[in-house]
Order: sequence, then structure tokens, then C-alpha cells
Amino acid sequence: MNDLTPYTTIIGLEVHVQLSTRSKLFCRCENRYGAEPNTLTCPVCAGLPGALPVMNRKAYELSVRAALGLHCEIPLFTKWDRKNYFYADLPKGFQTSQFDLPLSQHGYLDISDPKGKFSDKRIGIIRAHLEEDAGKSLHDEVARKADSRIDLNRCGTPLLEIVSEPDLRSPEEAGRYLSELKLLLEYLEVSDCNMQEGSLRVDANINLHLRVDGEFKATPIVEVKNMNSFRAVQRALAYEASRQYDQWQESGRCLGDPGVTKETRGWDDDAGVSRSQRSKEESSDYRYFPEPDLPPVVITEAEVATHRLALGELPAALRTRLVQEYQLPEVDVDVLVNQGRALVEYFLLLAGAINDGKIASNWIQQDVMRYLSEAGVTIDDYPVTADQLGDLIANVLAKKLSTSRGREVLAQMVSAGETLEAAMQSLGIVEVDSAATEQLCRELLEANPKVVADIKEGKIKAVGALVGQAKQQNPNVQPQEVRDLCLRLAGEM
Amino acid sequence: MAIVDYTATELLERMDSRELTSREITAAYLAQIERYHGEVNALVRWDAEDAMRTAEAIDARREGGEPVGVLAGVPVVVKDNLCTSDHVTSCASKMLANYLSPYDATVIKRLKAADAVILGKGNMDEFAMGASTETSAFGPTHNPWKLGYIPGGSSGGSAAAVASAMAPLSLGSDTGGSIRQPSAHCGVVGLKPTYGRVSRYGLIAFGSSLDCIGPMGRTAEDVARVMSVLAGRDPRDATSIAGPVPRYEESCREPLDGVRLGVIDEQFGEGIDDEVADKVQTAIRQFEALGATVHHISLPHIRYAIAAYYIIAPSEASSNLARFDGAHYGYRAKDISNDEKDGPLVAMYRKTRQEGFGEEVKRRIMLGTYSLSAGYYDAYYLRALKIRRLIAQDFADAYKTVDFLIGPVTPTPAFEIGEKMEDPLAMYLGDSYTVGANLAGLPALSLPCGLTTAGLPVAVQLQGPALSEEGLLQLACAFQQESDWHLSRPELIKPKDQNG
Ligand SMILES: [Zn+2]
Repeated sequence: MNDLTPYTTIIGLEVHVQLSTRSKLFCRCENRYGAEPNTLTCPVCAGLPGALPVMNRKAYELSVRAALGLHCEIPLFTKWDRKNYFYADLPKGFQTSQFDLPLSQHGYLDISDPKGKFSDKRIGIIRAHLEEDAGKSLHDEVARKADSRIDLNRCGTPLLEIVSEPDLRSPEEAGRYLSELKLLLEYLEVSDCNMQEGSLRVDANINLHLRVDGEFKATPIVEVKNMNSFRAVQRALAYEASRQYDQWQESGRCLGDPGVTKETRGWDDDAGVSRSQRSKEESSDYRYFPEPDLPPVVITEAEVATHRLALGELPAALRTRLVQEYQLPEVDVDVLVNQGRALVEYFLLLAGAINDGKIASNWIQQDVMRYLSEAGVTIDDYPVTADQLGDLIANVLAKKLSTSRGREVLAQMVSAGETLEAAMQSLGIVEVDSAATEQLCRELLEANPKVVADIKEGKIKAVGALVGQAKQQNPNVQPQEVRDLCLRLAGEM
Repeated sequence: MAIVDYTATELLERMDSRELTSREITAAYLAQIERYHGEVNALVRWDAEDAMRTAEAIDARREGGEPVGVLAGVPVVVKDNLCTSDHVTSCASKMLANYLSPYDATVIKRLKAADAVILGKGNMDEFAMGASTETSAFGPTHNPWKLGYIPGGSSGGSAAAVASAMAPLSLGSDTGGSIRQPSAHCGVVGLKPTYGRVSRYGLIAFGSSLDCIGPMGRTAEDVARVMSVLAGRDPRDATSIAGPVPRYEESCREPLDGVRLGVIDEQFGEGIDDEVADKVQTAIRQFEALGATVHHISLPHIRYAIAAYYIIAPSEASSNLARFDGAHYGYRAKDISNDEKDGPLVAMYRKTRQEGFGEEVKRRIMLGTYSLSAGYYDAYYLRALKIRRLIAQDFADAYKTVDFLIGPVTPTPAFEIGEKMEDPLAMYLGDSYTVGANLAGLPALSLPCGLTTAGLPVAVQLQGPALSEEGLLQLACAFQQESDWHLSRPELIKPKDQNG
């Protein structure tokens, strides 16, 4: 409860992530997005009579990897259950999932905000379990037919469901939890977490805790669905919190009151409102029972230990190390680490090459990342290697190039795909010797007596005009050198 | 002797020695089908041309000295719940009346690889739910021994086909006795293997944790031959068992030596027909004469087997049959009303399933749905699972002191068609002696051992521990070498001029 709101927002998130396996969870069909409808199917994932599932161990292992990254316990025995319900995109009439013995449980994810909007906190993970994805219904609204078409390509894609404790207290915390979770899963290389393609999907459970005349009250829990971006999640949760407060003030209905059931609402991002979906009261009995076609899954302590060792350095640990080793501000480290492991690798190479983390970070954030974002590519597609960029920065540090000239050289290297030397040549950059620079300065001083007079009166800034003219006459001069020389020579005049 | 009187083993010998061709053999069985189909209704469909083509191709290969499979040229009927890519697989249901599977079940692949000639599909209770083959959407199968009587079920068509010499061999499936009980009622040998010994891939599921595919034939040796083809690990069935597969047809001829048989006392109590009890006791004495010792065994929890079975099997069925909803394949109801409160999709599901499934299937779907529902799960499904474990433990304890169990297959001989259709509970109780093996996942065999005064077959059931199929077949083979029940034929198909 803060000063602005008379309630505490209680949020728990259920995140579904498609795992990046080559084949599907229970058959050998390719696990790929974007193929022609119904071209990636077989009797197993299409739910044909007589077909039987066989587990793809790789999907289980990726799940274990993700769960270990979330500090979960990994039981040595886990099993499959059938979740029964009828829907057109579910050809078997049940989803093979995990009910009472999930493959992992009792973990956590730490979140923090370097900008300080909330204090560091640990979000509990209730469980992470594996299940198969359903197909997709394609509603043919253009043709105005009553019929829908069904694409079963997605059927059987391995889906990891990660359920958080209701530990989140604001839309901002929820947003940070999601971006941190996404980052972790990307570092672990278990999923591409592409929300547009549906490989990461979020459902939220939210209600409010209030204190009225010293008495604790909770509003009914609402599940919010159809949020297609992290921004939409935050907007939906903010909307839902104030909507629940308004409704509570109106009706006074609390969690646990007679007739209060869990409501499901769909978020309409364009309209900025959530709308009640049909109550799922009747269909909420999924009649779970153990999947008889799949033997339980067993893993040894030694195998878990091997998976744990193979996790690599994860974002939280990486941030701590970068702050300590390179004396970078937390905000900067956050920016770098949040770009993903590949960019951090680039940073580490660059920082090593020029022996300065701060400068490496600045160049990456100001030049490299701007290009990546404008070009819409990742660091893997960046045309300049860390070594090449390191050589360029070394020239700048040795004052052979101005910083702004260095940027031009980098831009040339990126756009033309040229080496440092070639790019400098293309831009006509040659080193100007100090005699030539001094000659140029003298000429400028003689041509600008007013500036000389100003300098002598102590108006040092006036020298800027001379630096500008020097750069016009010879772009290769070092501005700092021109400035220093002009001041010295003016003083001698 | 007519072609159709030979066993599969004899047919193979005669094809090897070029006395007979598969073409002649296949033609003889097809003629038998044409002749008796109207009276027996054992097959739901068959393709004479296709079978003859296959037979001729195998003959040509044999003639040309090419290697052929171990069942080369022998006709086989397969139950209609086994998926075949070349003909409709309907499960004897309106729901799948025109369903063509895009793939062959693993057992079909194996039969084809062994060069068997698949004649057609055996009639069955709809989705294998029944014990009389009366719930088939294609009409009941009649018992060749007495046409007004049921052949047993659910693999009634497969059993009746062998009994009426429409095929020397057939495949059935057994979820609670569906191979053994019709084998008993039709006087043929039927083997329900250990759960997982034969791949279920391509068997349209009823109770997935109970379903087993197995062979039926006139002799234990013939059944053993098919078992060698069917058995073995299948990467497409995660519940199938790895490990070497014996040559059952070779080991089954080895002599019995000091076998300890356990008689289940509970199975000779209330409800068993006097004649059945008498024939089974006689058979037990014959085994003693063959050198077996007989011991009395109690399976204290077996009396709960029917109750547990009729929770577990329908529960799994309610889920397995959910896919038949009209959306993707199979029957879809027409004229779906658009104004139902649940919308057109649910209306389509409802009408499709109402019209596509028969009464018994719907009854079991409801039983299973109820058992798995919130608030009932613990009292029914979970408790049934506990009983299942206790029963498996009973068997495990029994096999510490005996090698095999012996007793009746069914409490009564075949009953009249229509007699129990209005009394499902009475029908369910007919499975009392067979469901235990399914709940425990153990092999069991039905072996003909006599005829009642009314002329209906009676059989003895042999049960064994996991993967004891070799021993069961050996016992059955030894019995058949000393008896000739398996040679007797129903009056229906006896050559009329040789009568008397
Ligand atoms: Zn597939």
C-alpha cells in the first residue's frame, strides 16, 4: 500500500514459453513457426486414432535447464497427466500436461530496478511444468462463413508453463519480472521468447488487498488474458487494479463471498479496457488423470548436477560481475546485460581490447546499439568486430582521431563494410603533422584579430570559432591540438 | 482334408513343399467367407481381389526362390480396431464407418513384413466395448457353434472367423478379456500377451493402460507363430517392452517338466456354471496327468477386480474417445442448430457424439467422465488404482509358489443373442475371471477344453507372470497334443456329405 492508492495490488503471472527444440514434444514433426497450415503434422500430433506419444527427451532437458535457472527443485521423478476438455484446436480432446508431480517447483527470480522505482525483491516460482501446445483456430471472417479453419502445425509444440507466486505488487514489477524472465530464458537458450509469434504468452491473476476500518479485505481474483506485449500486460494490470477498486467501492464484493467465482477477462489493447469472457465455471473440471501412454520420467542427481554446471553465467551474476570488474554504473550494466548474452560477449572483448570498460560501454551504447536498433538486427549481424572497433577507439584515445571523426569512421566501416584503414582512406583521413597544424593556426590568428583580442581579454571561448575554421580547412586536424596551439600562440602575440 | 481344415503350420509346410499355393489357400478361405458370411457376420469388410493379389505376389516370390516371411501366404483376419492404410478402420462404429487411416498399425506392418495375407476386418463390439459383439454398428456376429448365440466379445468377429474356418488365424485385442472370452466361446486358442509385449501403435485405444493385441488360432503352435511376429519393442509405443523375443513356435513344443499350477479357489465359487466348472476341473486333471502339480491359491483382492476395471477402463475410454468429435475426421452430424446457448461448436460436438456413438459406448463414456470428475476422483478412480495395485500384488505373491494359474475363462458358456443387452451389469460380470490379468498387465491364454451338452465350447484359462508367454504356449501345446478339442468343428461348417 503506498501513499497514492488505498490498496495493495496482488499479481501472479502464468507464463507459457515454447521451447526451441528441433522436433515437437511427442512426435518427430518439425517444431517451426510460420509454415503453411497443416504441413507440420503427423498422426500423433493430429490426434489420429491409434497414434501414441513418445516423449522428446530434449524438451524435458531444456525444461530442467530453465527450471534450474529459476532456482527450482528438480524432483527425480515426474509424470504426465491428461487435461481433458473439448476445443476445436485440441484434436485429441485432451492436452498432455503435468498435474500433481511437475518437473520442477519452489524456485524464485530476483528482480530489481536500477532506476529505483521499486526495491530489490525475490519473486517466488510455484512450479514450472511441461505440456503440449494446442493448434490454432483461423476464423475466416472475410468470407463471412460460419466455419472456422484449424491449423494443427502448433499442436504438440513443447510448452513450459512457469507459474509465479502472487508476489508482484505493481504493473511495473510485473513488467520487470517478465523482461527478467525473458532475458533469463534467452541466456539459457531454451526459447526465442518471441511474443509476436506466440512463443511467449502471459496470463495474469490479479486482485486487491484493502484495509477497511482495520479489517483486511480482498477483492475477487480475476484472470486477465490476451495480452500481446509486456507493455500491454502493464497497461492491463493498471487498468484492472483501478477497475477492481471502483467495482469494490460499488459492490463491496470480496473474495470468498457466496457466489464469487474466478472471472476471466480479456484485454483489448486498442480500446484500453478488459472485458469479461464467458464464465468457465462448468468447463473448469479438467478431469486430470495420469497419462497411460507415457511412462514417468526419471532423472538422476548426477544428471541434474550436469545440467546445473552447464547453465553458464546468468544475467543476475553477470550484472554483479560487470559492476565490480569494470566499475560501471548499474544502469549501464543493466542496459548491456539486457541486450542478451551475445552483446555482453562483444562488450567483454571490446573492453579487453582497449582495457577500459567505461569507454567500451559508451561506444556500444551510443554507436553500436543505435545502429542495431535502427537496422533492426542483432549484434551477431553487426559488421564490425570487437577487435576492429577496439583499434578505432585506440586511435581516438591516442588522439589521432577526434571522437566525432572516430564516429564517422565507424559509420563508414559499418555502411561500406570497410576495414579501419580503408574507411579512414575513404574519408580522406591522414595524420596532420604538428608543423602543418601550427602553420594553419598562425594563419587563422592573423586573419582574426578580433578573436585574438577576445582571448587576451580572457574570453577563452572565442577560440572555438578558430577550431571550427581549422576543421573546415583541414578535416584531419585534431581539434584539441588546434585549440591548445591557438591559445598559446595568441598569448604570445 | 480340405484346405480350410489345415492349421496355419500345416499350410506353411504345404506351401514350402509346393503342395499348395497361397492363391489356392486364400481362395478357399474367401469362399468360406462368402458362404457363411450371411449366417455368422464375422467380418465387417474384406477385399477378395486385394487378398488374391497379395497371395499371388507371395506365390511368385516363393516360386522364384526369393526369401519370404515366416507367415508367407497364410490368410489372417484382423480386428477392426487395428488401423490399416489400405482399407477402412471403423471400430465397428458409425463414428468411423468411412474412416481411412493414413498409416498401418505396427502389428499390421509386422504381419505384412511376414508376408501374411490380410483378408479383412473382424467384427467387434463398438470400440471394443462389450463382451458379445452385439454392440457393433454392423450387426451382431453369430457363434458358429450355435447361430442364435453370441460369439463373445469384443473380438467376436476374429474368434468366429477362425471357428468357422474363414481364416486360420486372426488378431484380436484384449482390454478386460476381449481375446480370451470370445476364444473360449468359439472354441479357439487366444493369447493375451503381457502388457507392452506387443506394440499398441495403431490400435484404436479403449483403455490404454489395459489394451493388448494378441493372436487367435486353432492351435497353440499357430498362435505361437503369430506371436513371434507381433512381439517386440516398438519405438512408437513408449509402453512397449524391450528385450529379445523368443521363437515361440519352437519353444512351445518342448516337454513340460515339473510345472506347478495354481487353482484360484475364488473362481470356482458362486456364479459359475456347473458344466463349465466340470470341464475345467477335467482339464486340470489332464494337466496333472501331463506331470503338472496342482496347488490351491487365493487371490484375496480379485473379487474387487470387476469394480476396479469398470472404473479404470471407462475413465481412460472417456478421454480416449474425446477425439471423436466430428471436427477433424469421422462422422459429423448434419443440420447443426445455431441457436443453442453453447454455440454452434458445442452443438456440433453434442449432436455428432449423440448420433455417432452407440448406447454402450455412451454409457462407458459417462461412467468414466463421472469417475474422473472433481469430487468423485478420489472415491472412484484413485481407489480403483489402489485395488489395481493390490491385485497385481496378489498375482506376484501367487507366482512365488506356483508357475502358472489355471481356471475358467468365463463363468458360463455363450448365451443367447439379446439375452443380456438390457442388463449391462450381468454382462460385465462375465469378465470376472479375465480382467485380473489386464489390471496386473500379465499374460493369459484361453484354451478349448470341452463342449457343453448344448454343444457350446468351454475353455480353460492359463495365466502366468510377466513375459511368460513361452510357458503358457508350451502348456497349451502339451495339452493339445493329448486332446483333440481343437480339432472339433461346428456343425455349421462340417461337410454335409461326411456327417455320420
Ligand atoms: Zn507430429
